[in-house]
Amino acid sequence: MWTSDSTIVADTLKASSGSQDTGWIMHHVLDARELDLTPFGVIHLPQIHLFGMDISITKHVVFMWIAVILLVLAFIAARKSYQKSLVPHGVTNLLEVLIVFVRDEIAKPTIGHGFEKFLPYLLTVFFFILTCNFLGLIPYGSTATSNISVTATLATISFFVIQIGGIMKNGFFGYFKGLIPHGIPMWLLPIMFVVELLGLFTKPFALAIRLFANMTAGHIVIMALIGLIFILRTYFVVPVSISFALFIFLLEILVALIQAYIFTMLSSLFIGMAYHQEH
Amino acid sequence: MILADLFVIALAGGGESGGPLDVNPGVILWTVVTFIFLLLILKKIAWKPILNSLKERETFIKESLEKAEIAKKDAEKMIADNKQSMLKAEEEAKKIIDQSREFAEKLKSQILDLSKTHAKKMVEDATNEIERKNAEAFNKLKEQVADIAIQSAEKILRENLDKDKQVKLVKKYMDDLSKN
Repeated sequence: MWTSDSTIVADTLKASSGSQDTGWIMHHVLDARELDLTPFGVIHLPQIHLFGMDISITKHVVFMWIAVILLVLAFIAARKSYQKSLVPHGVTNLLEVLIVFVRDEIAKPTIGHGFEKFLPYLLTVFFFILTCNFLGLIPYGSTATSNISVTATLATISFFVIQIGGIMKNGFFGYFKGLIPHGIPMWLLPIMFVVELLGLFTKPFALAIRLFANMTAGHIVIMALIGLIFILRTYFVVPVSISFALFIFLLEILVALIQAYIFTMLSSLFIGMAYHQEH
Repeated sequence: MILADLFVIALAGGGESGGPLDVNPGVILWTVVTFIFLLLILKKIAWKPILNSLKERETFIKESLEKAEIAKKDAEKMIADNKQSMLKAEEEAKKIIDQSREFAEKLKSQILDLSKTHAKKMVEDATNEIERKNAEAFNKLKEQVADIAIQSAEKILRENLDKDKQVKLVKKYMDDLSKN
């Protein structure tokens, strides 16, 4: 039975990838080796191969760098404003709201005592993901966080921060001993150990998939709604498509904020769990 | 069954040049480099100074609030002190006025009493003087009368008068006496 089911799936995939109608959506969402600035032309990005590994600069890498530049410029401005006076003004107000939010609403309640050590990581992750999410919403923009490689890497960094944080606080053996909850029968220990060990890896896996799926889905839905006009070949669908696409776009603004918050929040929560194992 | 479907999708995605689940090692490397670079640079230029500024400001606000609270308490205490001292001063003034009034009253009654007794004494003295003078005058009169009587008796004895003459004489002298 499963073979027939799988063949249907495979056929659908083949049909969809072969057809021009869906190809353009994936082309827009996926990573690319050039910056498509039609009608101004196409910028081909340099291709680099090092030790047999393809480390070419891609569209998503470029947008990550744009995010880095924007963040650095914004925070240099913010720092200057703080050097001038303790009262924030201009763009500093916005940044301060977010910084204070990450500090007081995310790091402090979830990690508790000793949260200051993880604050730079959490703030960087929050602002980086937020900026990458928003860069996907501007024209010619591309969402680096809709690339599974990027989200998986961010989640892996999160994983290392969680483990290193836990090991630094509780010691190497103390940390792994603390993973197993107290008061369980001896014969359950091997199973619990495996379960908890798996849990360590599922947490960042969930982080990666959640961010990737959320950032990809919105774009695909917008593209599909716009594509409806060309597939149905009628003007009557235009108002529906545009209004729905606009709605999804507004939703994406919300999702961009929420996903940055959730990634940071969950990272912080896992750090807190690894850091204070007694709870 | 679903796993099998997923497997097929993954295979198809991996087979194509660029499926949504396609993992690109180059992007992973660049993500790591970019993120760590961002973390280090922001830690240096942003997080440390900004978080310090925020903390500084928070402590500043906290201290200011505490200071304001202390100042408020001081002011309240001062007002209460002022009120109390004012009440005390008022009481004192009242006491002083009462005291002086009492004193004046006392003085008044004393003076009155004194003058009354003085007057009484004066009147008494005057009365006594008058009585004394009266008595003196009466005594003088009595002496004079006695003298006159003796003189008249001498005259009578010398002139040898009869009874009628005696009576007349006595009457005459008595009249003289009363005239005097």
